[in-house]
Amino acid sequence: MERQRGEKEKGVWRSLDWWTILLYMALLAFGWISICGASYDFDQGGDIFSFEARSGMQIIWIATSFALGLVLLLLNDQIYETFAYVFYAFMLVLLFVTPFVAPDIKGSHSWIKIGPFSFQSAEFAKCATALALARFMSSYGYDFSHWKDCLATLTIIFVPLGLIVLQSETGSALVFLSFFLVLYREGMTGSVLFAGVAAVAYFVIGVRYGEVMMGYIPTSVGEFLVLGLVILFTAGMVRVFCGKSPVALHIMRYGGGLVALVLCFSWWVIPFDVKWVMLGVCAGMVVYLCYVALREHVARYFYIALFAVGSVGFFYSADYVLNEVLEPHQRVRINVLLGLEDDPSGAGYNVNQAKIAIGSGGLRGKGFLNGTQTKLKYVPEQDTDFIFCTVGEEEGFWGAAGVLLLFLLLTLRLIHLAERQPYAFGRIYGYSVMSVFLFHVFINVGMVLGLTPVIGIPLPFFSYGGSSLWGFTILLFVFLRIDAGRNLVRRND
Amino acid sequence: MAKSKYDLEKRRYVIGAVAVGIVLVYIVRLFTLQVMSDDYKKNADSNALLKRVQYPSRGVITDRHGRLLVYNQPSYDIMVVMSEQEGVDTLDLCESLGITKDFYVRRMAEIKDRRRNPGYSRYTQQLFMSQLSSEEFCVFQEKLFRFHGFYVQRRSIRQYQSPHAALLLGDIGEVSPADVEEDDYYQNGDFIGKQGVERAYEKQLRGEKGTQILLRDARGRIKGRYKGGQLDTKPVPGKNLTLGIDRELQALGERLMEGKLGSIVAIEPATGEVLCMVSAPTYDPRILVGRQRGKNHSKLHHDHLKPLLNRAIMGQFPPGSTFKTTQALTFLQEGIITPETAFPCYGGFICRGLKVGCHAHASPVKLVPAVGTSCNAYFCWGLYYMFGNRKKYKTVQEAMTVWKDYMVSMGFGYKLGVDLPGERRGLIPNAPFYDKAYRGSWNGLTVISISIGQGEVNATPLQIANLGATIANRGYFITPHVVKQIQGETLDTLYTKRRYTMVERRHYETVVQGMRRAVLAGTCRKADIPGIEVCGKTGTAQNRGQDHSVFMGFAPMNDPKIAIAVYVENGGWGADYGVPLGALMMEQYLNGKLSPESEKKAEMYQQRHIDYGTAER
Repeated sequence: MERQRGEKEKGVWRSLDWWTILLYMALLAFGWISICGASYDFDQGGDIFSFEARSGMQIIWIATSFALGLVLLLLNDQIYETFAYVFYAFMLVLLFVTPFVAPDIKGSHSWIKIGPFSFQSAEFAKCATALALARFMSSYGYDFSHWKDCLATLTIIFVPLGLIVLQSETGSALVFLSFFLVLYREGMTGSVLFAGVAAVAYFVIGVRYGEVMMGYIPTSVGEFLVLGLVILFTAGMVRVFCGKSPVALHIMRYGGGLVALVLCFSWWVIPFDVKWVMLGVCAGMVVYLCYVALREHVARYFYIALFAVGSVGFFYSADYVLNEVLEPHQRVRINVLLGLEDDPSGAGYNVNQAKIAIGSGGLRGKGFLNGTQTKLKYVPEQDTDFIFCTVGEEEGFWGAAGVLLLFLLLTLRLIHLAERQPYAFGRIYGYSVMSVFLFHVFINVGMVLGLTPVIGIPLPFFSYGGSSLWGFTILLFVFLRIDAGRNLVRRND
Repeated sequence: MAKSKYDLEKRRYVIGAVAVGIVLVYIVRLFTLQVMSDDYKKNADSNALLKRVQYPSRGVITDRHGRLLVYNQPSYDIMVVMSEQEGVDTLDLCESLGITKDFYVRRMAEIKDRRRNPGYSRYTQQLFMSQLSSEEFCVFQEKLFRFHGFYVQRRSIRQYQSPHAALLLGDIGEVSPADVEEDDYYQNGDFIGKQGVERAYEKQLRGEKGTQILLRDARGRIKGRYKGGQLDTKPVPGKNLTLGIDRELQALGERLMEGKLGSIVAIEPATGEVLCMVSAPTYDPRILVGRQRGKNHSKLHHDHLKPLLNRAIMGQFPPGSTFKTTQALTFLQEGIITPETAFPCYGGFICRGLKVGCHAHASPVKLVPAVGTSCNAYFCWGLYYMFGNRKKYKTVQEAMTVWKDYMVSMGFGYKLGVDLPGERRGLIPNAPFYDKAYRGSWNGLTVISISIGQGEVNATPLQIANLGATIANRGYFITPHVVKQIQGETLDTLYTKRRYTMVERRHYETVVQGMRRAVLAGTCRKADIPGIEVCGKTGTAQNRGQDHSVFMGFAPMNDPKIAIAVYVENGGWGADYGVPLGALMMEQYLNGKLSPESEKKAEMYQQRHIDYGTAER
C-alpha cells in the first residue's frame, strides 16, 4: 500500500506538465510586479513587501495559491470526475445563497464574508461548472445533436450564469458564455458561433453607421451594409453547406446585380431609399431558398433561409432594443465604445484614462514603480480590472506584448494538453479551462485597450485579489492533475 | 449531422487560430497606442505633472551713487482651486480677508468666466486676491487650514524708497492677455513692468522663473516631487540696475517743479547718462503698489493735467530760442556766416513786409553777442540767406534738406533712443512737408520762424537737454540713457558710442562763447553761479497762451559735468523760471548741495505755482 502510493506520487511529478507550471509562475511574477506598480504610493514611498500594502497582501495570496495547487496535485485525480456533480450542486446552492447573505458592495451582492476573509463564490463556480459539463458530456451515449442532451448541457451552463446575474455580477456571468467554445469543439455546429459573430457584426455596423447617409442616396450606410452582409452571408452559406449548387451563384448574380443597378439609378437618376429594394431582394432570396428546399428535399436550404430571416429580424430588433429597452447608461457605454459619443469625463473616462496610461508607456515603458497615471489614481480600479494599464505604462510595448504572448502560449499549451487526454472528460475540462482564460484575457485586455465593452472581470494572475487568484489556480491545477494522470489505466469507466 | 472524430479534432486549429487572432489584434492595438502616437504621453504628463512656478526676486534699482530707489517686499496672493473648494465657511473667509460677500461672489464668477480668464481650470490654482500685505495675511493664515482649496503664494512686490521719479522708474502690474500672447514666459497673474525702467528693462529685472515639477493625483492632490526633483529648475534672480540718476538732484527737481507743468532733464555730457528726469506733475510711486493700484491708477489716468505722461520724453514743445544755437552751428558750417558776420536788428527782422520782432539791443550784432542777447533778427537773416543761396543750393527744397540733415544730426526730429518706453520724436519739417503745406510755393521767408525754434519745430525736453550735452562736448553726444549699469551685463553699444553731428568742433567753440556771454552779459545772468563757469541759453517759446519758459545750458564750460534743459509750460520769459531753476539744479549737482541763499531761492520757486485752469490739456 505504502509502496503503491509512493510510485503514484512519483508518477504525478514525472508526468506533470512543467511548461504550464512555468507559464503560471511567469504570469504570477509579472502580475505581482504590476500590483506593486499599481498600488505603490509616491507619497509614502513604502515597502512593497509590507503586508499593509496590496503588493504585500498579494504575496500571501500567491503563497496560499501555491499551497492550494500542491494539495490539488496530491489529491487523487479520480475524485474530480466522481464528485463533479456534488461540487456543482454545492456550488449552485452557494450561488443561490450568496445574494441573501452577502453585504452590498457597490451594488453587487457577490462577496461572502467568513470572519476576516471574504470571497466571491462566482470565481469558484467556473471550476465546478466546467467539471459538471465535462462529466455530463463525457457520459456514455451523450449526443449533443439530440435535443434532450443539448438542453441539459445548456442548462448546466445557464443555471449558474443566471444565479450570478442575480448577484449583479454580469461580467462574471458572461464568462460562462466561453463554454460555447467547448461545445464547438465537442461537435456543436459552427453555425452557432458564426451566427454569434454575425450578430455582433450586424449590431456594431448597424449602430455605428446607422445615422450616416450615403451621399445623395437617402439610405443609411449601416442598413445598406448590414443588408448587403445578409445577402453575402446567405450566398456564402449556400456555397459552403450545399456543395456545388448553382443557387449561390444565382443569388449573387441576380440579387447583387439588382442591388448594384438600383444603387446606380438612385445615385445618378432619382435618389430614393435603396433599403426597400434590398429588403425585397432578401425576401425573394428567402422564397427562392424555400422553393429549392421543397424541390430538392434538402432541409439545409430551409435552415439557410431561416438564417436570412433571423438576420434581418435581429438587425431591426437590435435597433429597437438599443433605443427602447436598454438603460440610458448602458446605451451610453455602447455608444462610447462604438465611437459615437465622446465623453472623456463620463462613461468614457475609465477607458480614456486607461488608453492614456498605456499610451504614455511608449516602446519601453517608464520603468518599475515609475508610472504616474496608474499610481496617481487616474485610472480607476488600477490594481484589479485595469491592472493591464500598469503593465502598459511601466513595462511599455515590449512588456505588454510579452504578457499577451505569455497568455497566448498558455492558451495554446492548454489546447495541446486537452487534445492529448485519452478520455473525453479530461479533454472537455481542459477546453473549459482554456476557454475561461481566453475569455478573461479577451474581455479584460480588450476593455483596457478600448476594443471591447467595459465589463468588470479580472485579468487572470494579474488582478489583485485572493478569490480570483484561488479560482484560477484551482481551475488550472485540477486540469494539471487530471493531465498528470493521463497515462494511468483507469480502474473502471 | 454528426461529424467524424477526426473532423472534430481539426477544430482545435480553429480555436487556436481564434486565440492567436485575438492576441495579434491586441498587439497591433498596443503598437498604435504606445509607439505610433505621442498624444497619450503628452496627455499623461498634463494629467499627472504639476509645474509649480518658483518666482525669482526682481532686480533692485539704485541711483548713480548706489542709493536704493526700488526694492522688493513680500506680499501674499490668495489662490483658489475650485475643485477642492468644498465646505468652506464663506462668511468666515470673507471676514478674515476683510472683503464683502458680494466681492467674494463676484470674484468667483470672474474666475470661472472663461472669456475673462482663458486659462481657467477647476483643478489648478487661480488667483483669488493679490498682494495682501504681511499684516493682512496674518489674520488669514491662522485660519487657512479650514479653507480647503485655498492656497497662499508668496510673491514680492515693489517698494520705493522715496516718493520721487515715479514716471522714470515706472511700475509693475499684472500681465495683460496681450503680454501672455506675445511672450510665453508669462502666465496669467504674473507681474510685468508697465512703464519706465521697469518696462524697458523687464527682461533683465525679472530674472528666470524656476519650476518645481510635482506629482498630482486624480483628485489634484500633490503626491511628492517628480523624479525626486531631478528636473526641477531653480529661479534665477533678476539683475540689479544702477541708474545714472542722482537721487538728490531728482528730488530737488521735483520740488522746484511743484505746481508747474513741464520738465527738467539733466545729462552727463561725457557719458550720456541721464542725471535727472523730472516731469511735472508727478505722483508718489507708492500709491501704485498693492491692491489700491487699480483705483489710484484710474484716478491718475483721468487727471486733466496728465500726471502719467512723462513730459520729458513724451511732451513735444517748440524749443524756442534754445534752438538758435543749432542755427548758428549750421550757418557757420555751411559758410553762410562767419563769426565776424554782422546783421542789422532794428527792433527785429524786417524783410519784404514780413516782421519778426526782437527786443532792444545794439545793432548790428555779430554772432557771439547775437547768441548772448538772443537776437531774433540775426538768425532770421541767417536762414534767409541760407535758403536764398542759389549758388550753393539749386532750390529752396535742397537748402531745406541740408538744413534738416543738420538738425537730425544734432538729435532732433527722430527718437533719440533713450532706454524708456514711449519716447516721442518731436518734429523737424522737411521739404516735402512744406511742399504739401504751401503747394510747392514757399521760400525762406515763408518758414522763417523755424530759425528761432518756433513754427513747425517741436522737440522733447530730452532732445533740448541733449543739445546742451552736444554743445558741451563740442560736437558729439552719446545717446541719453537712464541705466548706467546692469549687474553682470555690459551696456548696449548704443549707449557708449559717440554720435557726431555734421558741425566741426571749432564752430562749437564759437557757440559756447555765445552761451557763456549769455550768462555773463546776456539773457541768462541769473544762471551765474559763483565759482562755476556756466554756459546757457534762454528760450521763450511763443504759444497760444502764456509763453513757455525754457532754459538749456551746461557747466562748467571747459570740463562739462552737467547739461540741462528746463521747460516750464506757460512760465513766461526764459529768465522767469527756466534760468533760475536750471542754475539751482546745476549748483546742487556740482556742489552736492545748495548754498543757504540758493536754498531760500529754491523754497521760493517751490512755492510759486502757475495757474493752469481746469481745462482739458
